[in-house]
Amino acid sequence: MMPRTLFEKIRDLHVVSKLEDGAHLIAIDRIMLHERTGSIALSNMLDDGRELLRPEAVFSTIDHIVDTAPGRPSTTRMPGGQVFVDEMRRTTKTLGLGLFDVDDSRQGIVHVIAPEQGIALPGITMVCPDSHTCTLGALGALAWGIGSTECEHALATGTLRLPQYGQIRFSLTGQRPEWIGPKDIILHLIAKFGAGFGKDHVIEFAGPAVADLSIEERLTLCNMGVEFGAFTVIIAPDEKTIEYVAGRANAPRPADQDAAVAHWKTLASDRDAKFDLDLTIDVSSISPTVSWGTSADQSIAIDADLPTPESDQPDLLRAIDYMGLTAGAPLLGMPIDGAFIGSCTNSRLSDLQRAANILKGRKLAAGVRGICVPGSTAVKLAAEAEGLDLIFKAAGFEWQEAGCAMCFYAGGETFAPKSRVVSSTNRSFEGRQGPGVRTHITSPETVAWSAICGEIADLRKFPS
Amino acid sequence: MNTPWIDHSGIVAPMMDDNINTDAIIPSREMKRVSKKGLADGLFANQRYLDTQRDPNPDFILNQAPFTKATILLFGANAGCGSSREHAVWALKDFGIRAVVAESFASIFQANCIANGILPIALPRDQVRAMAQWVEVDPAAHHVAIRLEQKTIGFDGREIPFEIADNPRRMLLNGVSPIDETLVFRKEIDGFFNQDRARRPWLYS
Repeated sequence: MMPRTLFEKIRDLHVVSKLEDGAHLIAIDRIMLHERTGSIALSNMLDDGRELLRPEAVFSTIDHIVDTAPGRPSTTRMPGGQVFVDEMRRTTKTLGLGLFDVDDSRQGIVHVIAPEQGIALPGITMVCPDSHTCTLGALGALAWGIGSTECEHALATGTLRLPQYGQIRFSLTGQRPEWIGPKDIILHLIAKFGAGFGKDHVIEFAGPAVADLSIEERLTLCNMGVEFGAFTVIIAPDEKTIEYVAGRANAPRPADQDAAVAHWKTLASDRDAKFDLDLTIDVSSISPTVSWGTSADQSIAIDADLPTPESDQPDLLRAIDYMGLTAGAPLLGMPIDGAFIGSCTNSRLSDLQRAANILKGRKLAAGVRGICVPGSTAVKLAAEAEGLDLIFKAAGFEWQEAGCAMCFYAGGETFAPKSRVVSSTNRSFEGRQGPGVRTHITSPETVAWSAICGEIADLRKFPS
Repeated sequence: MNTPWIDHSGIVAPMMDDNINTDAIIPSREMKRVSKKGLADGLFANQRYLDTQRDPNPDFILNQAPFTKATILLFGANAGCGSSREHAVWALKDFGIRAVVAESFASIFQANCIANGILPIALPRDQVRAMAQWVEVDPAAHHVAIRLEQKTIGFDGREIPFEIADNPRRMLLNGVSPIDETLVFRKEIDGFFNQDRARRPWLYS
């Protein structure tokens, strides 16, 4: 048999029919929905009188526009947001689907709860009308974000059309320095290769430095795949994956566990499998990395100077202007107004633990507003069980209910215009966190340390 | 079911930035209804309006004649990156956009365009720039003409070929519903899941 890549093995297992153009019609194992885009897919299906082919494959939550204030109500304060929440409740009920509503212990950000609840599994195909679905490639799932219309297609037919994509492998080698995590690695790569580098490609992350990452760290690495332009990102499952998945609510039952694991162990790229590009990156020289501009590829080592754009680089000039920065100046030491820890990128228990290690016994700098929003209700409860909430609150952080919250601005809560915010989120687009807000994306540890220092600060100076 | 895409000639608005993201095309707060219609008002809202009173920003291209009637947009590289929100494409469609020409597209945005009857055309950077320069000379008169059957885009007396895969081209030309097309395979789909139930029982118990 021809040597195959991990992506090809999962695809081949799911082919319903080969189509023209080298495309395949492939079966979709699981579909996740949230209220912002899933409600539209479900409404349209009902309006068109379509049959939901496999209701057992559908999992639904509300995360994007739920209120995250402590002890929140079941309504949202996002202007115009209530209709999405109501429609999600109505359509899931009409179709007999379950819903992880705000008072459900399984509620949370879709890409945080999919691994947590064992919905995302190695070797499955999985989609969600949300661009960060590539997160779930960390478990060895072929998972990607789609639009609401494609979601209707998946719901009604149990399949999606998979065009022919190229394949890139990044083998990560070397010992990562202290303080360097998956967020630094992926920001470093996007800055080095460009935000559109992965266009029309599946990216596989492999190599000893990936094996060294915990599953939660791999989820962060893969989460940013869409900011790299990739169709999706994937990592072969290993012993850590098998151990992580075991016993979760929707994972294989004990009677099926051996068969499932035997299958998962076949899921790795063959030794001679062909990639269109096969790149090796040494992570040992990566510094704490932070975005300075309005695209993820506008990121630099925290102690590097800002670029000096030429007049024919209007995007860079505009980004520097929007961000209120000076070309060629250092980013380190820029005073900040806000610090946000949350989002599908960095709101898992280990993210909160690492941030809490920095915050413990310290206080937010004067004038800095700090907000922490756990990624799921289960993360929030686990964090509270070990007292992390008390550390955050003692430091002066607001401690909230689970949801997407201020990863983006939907018309509700935000920071003031022109305020500078360090954020563990994934996007720093103009206005992403609110009109005029200047977002610097970075690791949760760098967010926490910068919040303490009151300025963009280098973790390597942290007095450990 | 979309309206079949027939040859189109129209006013072109050059917006040549790279990485024009779907948050910019329609900010999250403008996603006001669980519907694909009536979203044109929110298109590029952050740049298009000066304040919450919605006074038009005179510096923004789509507020300037003749671009208020643009039916074709020119974008730079990685067009439509960011959130998967299909509202971005619904807002473009509601505004009257029929085609987006860009140096390259983000995957989800490109698929969303095709699903909603908007033609995404990828062209090399120098050709997108040449088109923008020609349009800017006389935007009201310099219409770009797109022929999907022939896969050509015409401007400045030239006909440039563009690439689009057969299936999306056919779907746009015929306005067919992808769901109905796929349900032709219903027997194969049922067959797959029946077989898979035995092969991967852990996904079905």
